[in-house]
Amino acid sequence: MANITAGVATSHIPAIGAALDLGKTQEAYWAPVFRGYEFSRRWMRDAEPDVVILVYNDHATAFSLDIIPTFAIGCAASFTPADEGWGPRPVPVVEGHPELASHIAQSVIQQDFDLTIVNKMDVDHGLTVPLSLLCGQPAAWPCKVIPFAVNVVAYPPPSGNRCYQFGKAIRRAVDSFDEDLNVHIWGTGGMSHQLQGPRAGLINKEFDLRFLDGLKNDPESIARVPHIDYLRHAGSEGIELVMWLVMRGALDAQVREVHRFYHVPASNTAVGHVILENLRSPSP
Amino acid sequence: MALEKPYADIPGTTIFDADQVRNGYHLNMFCMSLMKQPNRERFKADERVYLDGWPLSEPQKRAVLARDYNGMIGLGGNIYFIAKIFATDGKSFQYAAALMTGMSQEDYAQMMLNGGRSPGWQANSRVPRDG
Repeated sequence: MANITAGVATSHIPAIGAALDLGKTQEAYWAPVFRGYEFSRRWMRDAEPDVVILVYNDHATAFSLDIIPTFAIGCAASFTPADEGWGPRPVPVVEGHPELASHIAQSVIQQDFDLTIVNKMDVDHGLTVPLSLLCGQPAAWPCKVIPFAVNVVAYPPPSGNRCYQFGKAIRRAVDSFDEDLNVHIWGTGGMSHQLQGPRAGLINKEFDLRFLDGLKNDPESIARVPHIDYLRHAGSEGIELVMWLVMRGALDAQVREVHRFYHVPASNTAVGHVILENLRSPSP
Repeated sequence: MALEKPYADIPGTTIFDADQVRNGYHLNMFCMSLMKQPNRERFKADERVYLDGWPLSEPQKRAVLARDYNGMIGLGGNIYFIAKIFATDGKSFQYAAALMTGMSQEDYAQMMLNGGRSPGWQANSRVPRDG
């Protein structure tokens, strides 16, 4: 059967993608950011996931204001990197896993977790930057990817607890999939940042570090953090962190943190990254 | 009963809530059109003519022409949509963020290197971070 073995959380800052694509990873400004992911790329090679469920948000790319799905799952066979206004990133096409994605969709809706099914969409930096950070610059991505888009652009996003419970529903869905698959779930976005208005540039290291600790040790409490706390303390775009709770909900109650990285700044944002492994041994 | 907006008192911050989504629909959809190269070219050729093809309010059009990003946000613009305008201009997120704070891009970048804006920042304070 399919088995969720690990979770990854990472920021998905577009400037990081641009730095990578333009060959700037050795520059003094960017080198510390990419060093923070060296362990992660080795870990990713060794962990060899078959499928990554990648929780991210679309940034006015596939979804305009015409349709704003709160939760959406990509069930297509492939997803093209989007032209976000300066041409598509030079990264491989993202191969989906339509069978597992459709299975998750049917399973979670029957568990009372309604979501939108998307059979055609392009994917933006929210999805491709995390893949670049964990996989480098391969000719093809090393695993299948199921895009799981959460609305965090139009307020309100789903609550932290809704995201956390949704992760649990995804876990039950994956556990009931017959094919033997090593599945990872990634939560992306964050950490503290604000991109708009006179308060742009806000960073809250204390909030972020408390969030990282709580995510591992006490996710139930973190899931109860109300939206206003994110807006006030982590910036208007820091609310993206609710997406990390989808990932955490899909993991065991007890997890092992095998890597943590925190760095300020990347452009306007605090970079946060953790790798969490389920403690139970993988199915034989 | 009116919706509760506990975020209304956060300084220097406009939350893109249901009212803003409604007020900004056409402004943001105009921005969305700039994701296509032919539209970017038409916009750059004559911004006013291109804008007149969209049902924006006159203040919204004037804010776009002036690249007044805070003004656009106040009139329903969302940062990820209005980003299409500064992308069309060949400008970065950090350029736009600095502009919205009233700082030079150099000072803004230095503030970020120093750890960013303090969460205790108040709108009238000109000091980005203590110490």
